[in-house]
Amino acid sequence: MLTKRIIPCLDIKDGRTVKGINFEQIRDAGDPVELAALYAQQGADELVFLDITATVERRKTLSELVNKIAHKINIPFTVGGGIQTEEDVSILLQNGADKISVNSAAFKNPSIIQSFATNFGSQCVVLAIDAKCEEDGRWYVYLNGGRIKTDKLVEEWAKEAVDLGVGEILLTSMNHDGTKQGFALDITAKLSETLSVPIIASGGGGNAQHFYDVFAKGKADAALAASIFHYKEVSIPELKNYLYQQQIPVRL
Amino acid sequence: MSTVIIQYNAGNIQSVLYALERLGVAALVTDDPIKIKTADRVIFPGVGEASTAMQYLKERQLDILIQNLKQPVLGICLGMQLMCTYSEENNTNCLGIFNEQVKQFRPENNSIKVPQMGWNTITHLQTPLFKGVEENSYAYFVHGYYASIGEHTIAQTNYILDYSSALHKDNFYGVQFHPEKSAKAGEQIIQNFLSI
Repeated sequence: MLTKRIIPCLDIKDGRTVKGINFEQIRDAGDPVELAALYAQQGADELVFLDITATVERRKTLSELVNKIAHKINIPFTVGGGIQTEEDVSILLQNGADKISVNSAAFKNPSIIQSFATNFGSQCVVLAIDAKCEEDGRWYVYLNGGRIKTDKLVEEWAKEAVDLGVGEILLTSMNHDGTKQGFALDITAKLSETLSVPIIASGGGGNAQHFYDVFAKGKADAALAASIFHYKEVSIPELKNYLYQQQIPVRL
Repeated sequence: MSTVIIQYNAGNIQSVLYALERLGVAALVTDDPIKIKTADRVIFPGVGEASTAMQYLKERQLDILIQNLKQPVLGICLGMQLMCTYSEENNTNCLGIFNEQVKQFRPENNSIKVPQMGWNTITHLQTPLFKGVEENSYAYFVHGYYASIGEHTIAQTNYILDYSSALHKDNFYGVQFHPEKSAKAGEQIIQNFLSI
């Protein structure tokens, strides 16, 4: 049976793993190469590696770091942050990334999704959406690491992007990110039930029960978290054993 | 022993190369017919679309070359599918090494995603390719098309239906999953292929 995936996320700034709360208050969480190898060995199903400063400071993703990580790990991994051109993608794939994730650049210029999907295959194009639920109860797309609000509804953008050829959606709830109070179940389920591609839920995972909820109620195909793994609040083997006992299909 | 990875217009070559490096094997990535013909092991990887990949192989006459290889050959993902007779993906005639047709997953309801993406189990494991690999081991899959179960099936997986997750005929092996990204089990399978 196809299993639900547990994906640690490595947010990278200046070559170190960092983690913020609600996209702010960034603190250091260790060496990304060591963490990546540790997570792979502990049973992580994939890794996501986001250069969180790339878009804002117009920096290209650190391909050397990608290369080091690719040599160490035997599971798939995704790289994102500031990717705008086919050349950006090509460099990352050549350095060993399996998938790339796009966010702001794809929103501003959706045709890159089509060109990436055509040239590299949909399976390697992940659309990251930073989503925030506003007072009107609707979920809006945010850009540039959550700094810029758009008028676009998350459901609409996700559907357009799937039609253009993205192979997966990484949905981060800004309301939940860093809070450790659980994932955004409703919007995750809504996307998962209406779209043909896998949905990776992100933001708010604080304990094993939250992961159960996002798979059972949020219908997520994968769940991503950062700080709880980095600070060893929940270990991947413990989490997977718990999910297994709760009848969630996981790779042990 | 020399190992080559066939270079063509389909991705994931780098991942295969790094996986071999982790096993201490330096492989050559090439489309040079002489180097491919004379290698001890040939890996035919691929992530992409069947018709454009076949077109590319034909233009360089790599199709005939692959069909006539005598050393152990391992097709991965699209590589395996291209070694079948025909793919529904843009109605493509393929290499015809494995007597199987490649069909599209057609789920009955929207709750089942296509392509299949993620870790699934491999069962009914046969041949030295799976030596030391336990039944129900997990492997990493990304694919929207599958080969049915038939005379050349040496591993099975269930997604929507039971299908061939590995095929074998003579010196040719094919795996639908990505051994280069399938943790320990994948490493064992690559190691086994190199030892055949």
